[in-house]
Amino acid sequence: MPEIIKNGAIVADSWQLFKLAAGETAETVALPAGPLLVPLAVWLARRQELAARGEADSNPLGVWLDAGEGPEALAGDLDRLAVVGVNFPKFTDGRSYSSARLLRERYGYTGEIRALGDVLYDQLFAMRRCGIDAYALRADQNLEKALAGFATFSETYQAAVDQPQPLFRRRAA
Amino acid sequence: MYRYDSTDQQIIDERVAQYRDQMARHLAGELSGDDLRPLRLQNGLYIQRHGPMHRIAVPYGMLSSAQLRKLAEISRRYDRGFGHFTTRHNMQFNWPKFEETPEILAELATVQMHAVQTSGNCVRNVTTDHFAGVAPDELADPRPYCEIIRQWSTFHPEFAFLPRKFKIAVNGAASDRAVIRAHDIGLEIVRDEAGSIGFKVFVGGGLGRTPILGQVAREFLPRRHLLSYIEAVLRVYNRYGRRDNAYKARIKILVQALGIEEFKRQVEAEWAHLEDGPATLTDTEFARVAAHFAPPAYESLPAADAGFAARQNDDKAFANWVKRNVHAHKVPGYAAVTLSLKKTGAAPGDITDTQMCAAADLADRYSFGELRVSHEQNLLLVDVKQSDLYTVWQIARAQDLATPNIGLLTDMICCPGGDLCSLANARSLPIAEAVQTKFDDLDYLHDIGDISLNISGCMNSCGHHHVSNIGILGVDKNNEEWYQITLGGQQGNDATIGKVIGPSFTAEEVPAVIGALIDVYIELRTPSERFIDTLQRVGSEPFKARAYAGRDRRKPAVAANDAQPTPAKVANA
Ligand code: SF4
Repeated sequence: MPEIIKNGAIVADSWQLFKLAAGETAETVALPAGPLLVPLAVWLARRQELAARGEADSNPLGVWLDAGEGPEALAGDLDRLAVVGVNFPKFTDGRSYSSARLLRERYGYTGEIRALGDVLYDQLFAMRRCGIDAYALRADQNLEKALAGFATFSETYQAAVDQPQPLFRRRAA
Repeated sequence: MYRYDSTDQQIIDERVAQYRDQMARHLAGELSGDDLRPLRLQNGLYIQRHGPMHRIAVPYGMLSSAQLRKLAEISRRYDRGFGHFTTRHNMQFNWPKFEETPEILAELATVQMHAVQTSGNCVRNVTTDHFAGVAPDELADPRPYCEIIRQWSTFHPEFAFLPRKFKIAVNGAASDRAVIRAHDIGLEIVRDEAGSIGFKVFVGGGLGRTPILGQVAREFLPRRHLLSYIEAVLRVYNRYGRRDNAYKARIKILVQALGIEEFKRQVEAEWAHLEDGPATLTDTEFARVAAHFAPPAYESLPAADAGFAARQNDDKAFANWVKRNVHAHKVPGYAAVTLSLKKTGAAPGDITDTQMCAAADLADRYSFGELRVSHEQNLLLVDVKQSDLYTVWQIARAQDLATPNIGLLTDMICCPGGDLCSLANARSLPIAEAVQTKFDDLDYLHDIGDISLNISGCMNSCGHHHVSNIGILGVDKNNEEWYQITLGGQQGNDATIGKVIGPSFTAEEVPAVIGALIDVYIELRTPSERFIDTLQRVGSEPFKARAYAGRDRRKPAVAANDAQPTPAKVANA
């Protein structure tokens, strides 16, 4: 079974990341059984059907947002989603950092936020700061080694999800 | 200046360890060149024409003497004994070894320096007025805000991978000496009717391929909202700035596409969620940071030192230097001094290790141990007693740091260009030298008076040629170097983008063309006019006519419609 990093540990992962292939449409595509992360388009097209499916324990449901897709589209649905994925098509595309923060800080999402795509050791620290708590790393990454990426800095200046108070509100006088 | 506490130091030390590990993984084959590139760029390391170039941050231009000595030492140990100051106050080393760059960062960390975010698509080194804290026309010292922004932007987790680089400048004086409207965000310190400090916020300025002056996003932003508001701007930009085309990815393009009103609306909508949140600046924090910039222990002195006046009468060379390189100070009996890095024959902004040490000694003896880097690529001592000026001048002169040319034609901003930069379309340093050589006569130079001439080696415009009275831009035409001339640009409160005068010139033609432009000015000026005043009064036609007069006898011009600059390459080296 594939492995991901979740809450700072390497864990087996049974979720399937579902992508629309060329020629498939969100409305009609057949969805596999089991824990499933669907694209936003599929969720929007088949919200009711998918929500019902998500009620079943064996079929937990998540939605993944591509880098250009904001969390606004999921604002009313978040309590029905066990996982929200945020995609990094390239690690230099930083839009999903904003998406993750908004999910946590603006929409109060408390489920799993999973980084998908070009997820690398050297970005894990910033991802966690933005509220991401699960990481499906790029296939070539060494997960054992990557765990060290969460400990790069022992202190940070800005307010973010992991530390809602900026350093200046916490500095010893 | 700001001194690190143990937390600031720890963060920078951990940055060195992180970079060391990244380089080690790279050399061990675990981190590919492609995956390393954005990481090393955010530590200032480029791969240039001849190899690596390492850009060291000088936050808002402040340097202690110890820091400058460390730069001198690094230049000797890891480079070729000199460094180059850039228009973002940074220092570039052109000849470091790739594998030694972690050592350079470790050395820098021992004097509270780093290369954090000196490149990459992130918030870059914030810049300001080189007279901050001493300018007579200052409303408030911009440096505490610069430091607050520096800390906020350092390793910001959300904004490390923006669509493009992001530059912020702060001005706290009546005259803008920080070109704030040429920045992604320009902050002008202002007071509201109640007398409270805040900012007039400009957004969407930038030079480069599409030069645009920033527009007003906020007439008055109260001080406490500084960080939350910038965060709102950055979030809108991070989410909606273009990423499909690097030439259209700066925030200025987003602002233009949305229109300033719609852009403002989006920022305000975002900010409504952040307003009064934890990022709100506290008075305690402002006071903590501002205390680092408290005035040094000035003596109380008469406004004018008699000996200083007498020396100027006796020594014309000293008087010339005073006229150009000594500047007014808000404290009686003190002056600010520019150490010119624009001596004919040296690349503008270059400084040797010996000069760095000499400047550091001068700072220790005569200017409270601190120096500034200006965006015009000079070094400054800003707290010199008038009675010490003669000695300072003599020492500076012995080190070739006293060329009396500040604000004159040879005090040009010039990027490294084709000699060093891999993005260049043409060389800029030989052009600078040719112009300096042509105008080497000091009396003539002083007679021409205030003027700015800037040179960029390509459309990325690192040499700020758009905002100089005479701009020179290197363009590539069939693998030949050509130079496009712009006229009428200026910095300051009336910042203006210069206009291209016509077809490009060859390198050989440029000095004569500059000579022609100056001749027209000398002929047409009234006694009180600067070059830009005459140009604005009479228009550019007489200048153009003279620049192209007799051109057909020289090398044939490139047809006007061919003279379009080659698209700039984007720094992803
Ligand atoms: S303007 Fe062009 S040539 Fe000059 S330093 Fe910038 S990128 Fe290089």
